[in-house]
Amino acid sequence: MDKTWNNKAWFMVLPVLLLVAFSAVIPLMTVVNYSVQDTFGNNQFFWAGTEWYAEMLHSERFHAALLRNLFFSFIILAIEVPLGILIALNMPRKGWGVPVCLVLMSLPLLIPWNVVGTIWQVFGRVDIGLLGRTLSMLGINYNYVQNPLHAWVTVIVMDVWHWTSLVVLLCYAGLVSIPDAFYQAAKIDGASRWAVFRYIQLPKMNRVLLIAVLLRFMDSFMIYTEPFVVTGGGPGNSTTFLSIDLVKMAVGQFDLGPAAAMSIIYFLIILALSWVFYTVMTNYDAER
Amino acid sequence: MSVAEDKLMAERKGKIDERSSMQNAQTALARTMRRRGEESRFWWLIPTLYIIFLMLPIYWLINMSFKTTAEILSTFSLWPVKPTLHNYAVIFTDPSWYSGYINSIIYVVMNTVISVLAALPAAYAFSRYRFLGDKHLFFWLLTNRMAPPAVFVLPFFQLYSAFGLIDTHIAVAIAHCLFNVPLAVWILEGFMSGVPKEIDETAYIDGYSFPRFFVKIFMPLIASGIGVACFFCFMFSWVELLIARTLTTTAAKPIAATMTRTVSASGLDWGVLAAAGVLTIIPGALVIWFVRNYIAKGFALGRV
Repeated sequence: MDKTWNNKAWFMVLPVLLLVAFSAVIPLMTVVNYSVQDTFGNNQFFWAGTEWYAEMLHSERFHAALLRNLFFSFIILAIEVPLGILIALNMPRKGWGVPVCLVLMSLPLLIPWNVVGTIWQVFGRVDIGLLGRTLSMLGINYNYVQNPLHAWVTVIVMDVWHWTSLVVLLCYAGLVSIPDAFYQAAKIDGASRWAVFRYIQLPKMNRVLLIAVLLRFMDSFMIYTEPFVVTGGGPGNSTTFLSIDLVKMAVGQFDLGPAAAMSIIYFLIILALSWVFYTVMTNYDAER
Repeated sequence: MSVAEDKLMAERKGKIDERSSMQNAQTALARTMRRRGEESRFWWLIPTLYIIFLMLPIYWLINMSFKTTAEILSTFSLWPVKPTLHNYAVIFTDPSWYSGYINSIIYVVMNTVISVLAALPAAYAFSRYRFLGDKHLFFWLLTNRMAPPAVFVLPFFQLYSAFGLIDTHIAVAIAHCLFNVPLAVWILEGFMSGVPKEIDETAYIDGYSFPRFFVKIFMPLIASGIGVACFFCFMFSWVELLIARTLTTTAAKPIAATMTRTVSASGLDWGVLAAAGVLTIIPGALVIWFVRNYIAKGFALGRV
């Protein structure tokens, strides 16, 4: 749609601008403020320059958390996206099955995040949880509190449980928008099931898949509540992701300077990723 | 009847036959098409298994909520041996429990109303006009949806303390605008772009003023979009805990935070904990039902 040039449209954007500026810009400036100062208490601050940034960028702890988080996001995407596509392809297209599937599958998305954590914490416990009990009856010495590998598997399975439905819903929305004529043409050409998927369904899902991948990446990159409730970042530091580390540093140890510097670096990474997302999306829109 | 007329009739009849046979072929084709994914008769197995996987932990929570804590700890059974409503009774009679639900609902509703009302004109501006810095502004809004809440925890606390807003519902409602307003703008913009611009122009020619046009004509056209935006604001405000917990102490404490406190303090009353968890799932389940037909489109930010 070609849009008219009208600078008065700014007035319509103004409420949003003020509201978001209040919740985003002012707090962010506070963080910037802390990141370049040092304090010895008593509300006395000293200029520290880029000291905290240098410290953060060379900090083993930050590198470890960043790597863990990237690895986690990668695993999440590698499991959830193919699984989501597979389920969406096999969902019913009409009849009573559609609303039932949609409602039941969206259910985990609507559960408060710490309740998701609580559900899995209970579910995985060896003494009272269905999963933990079953696994231990099968002779597996399952213990997510002490074994780092088990903690990781639990957190990943929990995230798959929580968020795969998002990918399913997006892919499903893409699939139902394909007109029947496409499938008829494929049938006449004698296309195989794989060819239909590769040349009709996948290109049509392109856009929603893009949204799915990027939303999942962003959200897994700032995951906090669920692993915090289940493992508390442990055992040791094995499931301490970036957000958990940040909150530990800022609220737990009250290291304002390093925490603020880490926030800014963290935010810049997110900003760069959002920019990629936005550019790809708008280019995609322009092509259509 | 002349020979010529006879011939004409026959021809016409033939054409009709031809057409109906073509129609038959097409419906047959369409029927086979409909079963495209079903070459194996077990296509339904995958969604069914997935739903079972989704439901198992929830089932376990519900199962626990009908047991006493003693039963949970002593016997392991797939269903409550002595079903009890005791846990729910605790929640509905203890103000420190049920006020959590009331607090959550209050700030979630406030946030939804503020977000959608602010987002409506902005989304209209983005979908209809180009203006100085529009793309940068849109991108900036997007970055706020992507911003990690952990970054904002401490500054939020200080900001709202400075305004004396700590432990009020409005504080949480405004804080949640950080990610809900951008989301609402995005979803509404997607839906609004689907409405042809000619409708606006016709309305102006008919002498509608802008506010009257917007409320009387435009808003009904994107009613489903507004519903979806409300749903998503509701959802993300409802599930968020980190910010809500930081900004509240007692008077506006959300239910989710009440739960974490109880886990650590009262010696793990699993039954009550499970019942509280079940009750947090119910509002979500109710609102999903209303938007089930649009939910997928909403997750695609109105862009399918």
